[in-house]
Amino acid sequence: MTSMTEQNDIAAQQHDETNEHHHYAPKGIMRWLLTTNHKDIGTLYLIFAFTMFLVGGAMAMVIRAELFQPGLQLVDPNFFNQMTTVHGLIMVFGAVMPAFTGLANWMIPMMIGAPDMALPRMNNWSFWILPFAFAILLGSLFMEGGGPAFGWTFYAPLSTTYSSDSTALFVFSVHIMGISSIMGAINVIVTIVNLRAPDMSWMKLPLFVWTWLITAFLLIAVMPVLAGVVTMVLTDKYFGTSFFDAAGGGDPVMFQHIFWFFGHPEVYIMILPSFGIVSAIIPAFARKPLFGYASMVYATASIAGLSFIVWAHHMFTTGMPLFGELFFMYCTMLIAVPTGVKVFNWVATMWRGAMTFEVPMLFALAFVVLFTIGGFSGLMLAITPVDFQYHDTYFVVAHFHYVLVTGAIFSIYAAAYYWLPKWTGHMFNEFWAKMHFWCSLVSVNVLFFPMHFLGLAGMPRRIPDYALQFADVNQIVSIGGFAFGLSQLLFVVVVVKAARGGEKAAAKPWEGAEGLEWTVPSPAPYHTFETPPAVK
Amino acid sequence: MYLAKLVVPCLTLLASFASKANDMPLNLTKGVTDISDRVYDLHMTIFYICCIIGFLVFGVMFYSIVRHRKSRGVKPANFHESTKIELLWTAIPFVILIGMAIPATNTLIAMENSDDADLTVLVTGSQWKWHYRYLEHDLEYYSVLATPRRQIENKLAKGQNYLLEVDRPLVIPTNTKVRFLMTSDDVIHSWWVPEFAVKKDANPGFINEAWTNVPTAGIYRGQCAELCGKDHGFMPVVVIAKEPEEFQSWLASQQAEQQAKQAEEQRLLALQMPKDELMDLGKRTYDQFCAACHQPNGQGLPGMFPALKGSDMVMTDAAAHIDIVLYGKAGTAMAGFGKQLSLKELAAVVTYERNAWGNDTGELIQAADIEARRKAAM
Repeated sequence: MTSMTEQNDIAAQQHDETNEHHHYAPKGIMRWLLTTNHKDIGTLYLIFAFTMFLVGGAMAMVIRAELFQPGLQLVDPNFFNQMTTVHGLIMVFGAVMPAFTGLANWMIPMMIGAPDMALPRMNNWSFWILPFAFAILLGSLFMEGGGPAFGWTFYAPLSTTYSSDSTALFVFSVHIMGISSIMGAINVIVTIVNLRAPDMSWMKLPLFVWTWLITAFLLIAVMPVLAGVVTMVLTDKYFGTSFFDAAGGGDPVMFQHIFWFFGHPEVYIMILPSFGIVSAIIPAFARKPLFGYASMVYATASIAGLSFIVWAHHMFTTGMPLFGELFFMYCTMLIAVPTGVKVFNWVATMWRGAMTFEVPMLFALAFVVLFTIGGFSGLMLAITPVDFQYHDTYFVVAHFHYVLVTGAIFSIYAAAYYWLPKWTGHMFNEFWAKMHFWCSLVSVNVLFFPMHFLGLAGMPRRIPDYALQFADVNQIVSIGGFAFGLSQLLFVVVVVKAARGGEKAAAKPWEGAEGLEWTVPSPAPYHTFETPPAVK
Repeated sequence: MYLAKLVVPCLTLLASFASKANDMPLNLTKGVTDISDRVYDLHMTIFYICCIIGFLVFGVMFYSIVRHRKSRGVKPANFHESTKIELLWTAIPFVILIGMAIPATNTLIAMENSDDADLTVLVTGSQWKWHYRYLEHDLEYYSVLATPRRQIENKLAKGQNYLLEVDRPLVIPTNTKVRFLMTSDDVIHSWWVPEFAVKKDANPGFINEAWTNVPTAGIYRGQCAELCGKDHGFMPVVVIAKEPEEFQSWLASQQAEQQAKQAEEQRLLALQMPKDELMDLGKRTYDQFCAACHQPNGQGLPGMFPALKGSDMVMTDAAAHIDIVLYGKAGTAMAGFGKQLSLKELAAVVTYERNAWGNDTGELIQAADIEARRKAAM
């Protein structure tokens, strides 16, 4: 007890000494360029992610416009391939991942009672290299021969011998994204391990913190693998190596093994924090504790563990031996067990609660239903013999957009609406937020649900033109796409309005919300928890 | 009222789309082979299981959403954690998964057994066409998209099999186990015929195996399934299954034709073709095989495919020009056309490239010149 008080005294003293430094607050652009404040950096990440979401979305609009009718109308096939490639890269590395990092920056210190992230200068750097990475990637689209056109999965040798010269820029840009992610992940781990308030024991951590901790370990494990594989692509293309070229003793399928060893954990990097968000929101609006906190933690950890031994289910048609196909099929099916545990937990949390349906809850409920639909199609894809039919068709496109758009992105919207009052100090406009939700919900299903049918009927993915039987459904899908794209602009309206003003938000604007972030005023002051809070 | 004004036309629109979409099947194709049948059954089984689970889970959830809402004045319960329930909802899915895995394993084992085939076809993908070689017979040919460019560019009405038609389909006998060996000359392609439930990647430098046994004669259409560059969407697969006797007579006629062609080639060596004829055939050959990359105007796509117009090699070095057309250029997207085109076509296309678009070298390349380069390489 004495040592506790002593520590607090020392902390208070240090605080006084550095007070002057704290008040050094540059204005204008320099505030943002030099900031080491987790809230500022969180805001930067979130704005950047949303900007990239709109850029990547604009590319999706080009794709859907070209596919509105059979025949080549608007773009040539080479540009079409650049659009699908860069759309994928931007949405994965520019929208979803930075959005989660932004949420982590804002919320993790406030959830664990820490004054800031553990490594604030590195935090600044890990954000500010990102705009350069994407400037390079987007700039490559204007090169002679065009930008990357080999799909976001950049399979060799299409990305080596047969790619345009912008590949070097693509590789460099992915390297920078990887460095940024790894730094962000290290920061999250160090913060959670070291800066928890004294009474914040592991099994009291909010689930968003738990899921992000596990995500950060996944990032550290696999981002170097991605860096390795892009470097091999670089040396194969420019320096005469033959990692992926059979003529020099290499193997193009080895590329896919290395890529998906990164790629499958990457998929969970983009969904585990969503689980954390939804596990915070559903109890808050059901006014009832999460049904199984411990089993949620264990389920997250099992999913993360399994993610390392299922990668080759992306490669069933590459000609693996039967034993390999069986192994990866069984392991992949196993993922359904912990994922099921999560969904059952959310439903059990709702059961006999007292629910209200504010916008964060609406997005969270839509997440549970639509993510589960993505899970079902995932289970179907795990079954190797039928995967031979689904593989590389629109069925796969439908599947991963259900888990990434109505999964990851819906959870990010849920989080944004949940914490927006804390960030801005104002309640958002409920009407426009609900419009945003309902328009998105309807259009996203018009957009992605019929893609299942296209895939089953045999339409391959990544084609700029298609046989006539697919015409009508593609038209419906495109209309859904345009509607979904436009609906996202409503979000800009809501956020700008809330940032500018509106009804003052209380410290805890949601009746059932739990956690340290609701103990500080709204908007959260520039510095929070300079002395550690008490934890119940 | 306002809402109704908005909703009604939307619904009518959707309904009209739904009725128009009737000609596209909404479910997985059942296919024609025993394997594709089993795959379809597996697909339906898992689909129904997912539906039942979804019905139960979403049912409980929506019941809860309707009944357990604050506006009905309910007080929230406070229960959580129950080892019994948690064990149960871990164990039950596990059992269901085992139930799915058993038929899946059996089907997979059957699919991967390509022993005892009666006919073997080597399928080679290249940008953006398929090549078929009957290993037990002296027959091989390329199979290229037959849809005219003008239909793709919306200048002509699209035909019924738009993008799903080729110049020379693969022909196989019915009720025969046919083994496919897949490989590629450049990037990875994937040979897919939905009605056989066969999809296998064609990897450059490696050989993959697949097989089928088609019980009914007919025409079966598929597409390349792996992104393989610019014209990935334009390399369909068409397979014709014929009764075995019919297949044999087809095989004999094709072999005779191929031999006649080879004899014709030899005769050509002594002939000099006039410029008009060379240029005419050259343009047709160029537009079909070269223009996708080097563009109809010979200017290429800067940064991707080099221009032939004004190119140093084309303007001066005829031997190097012929070699690159025959054998391609290692480490680039330029494929060799020595196997694919006849001597006459090769001579014509080289002549065309050396005289079109203001390249006016005035040089004529004859079949004998091509043959000379081919001999020189041996």
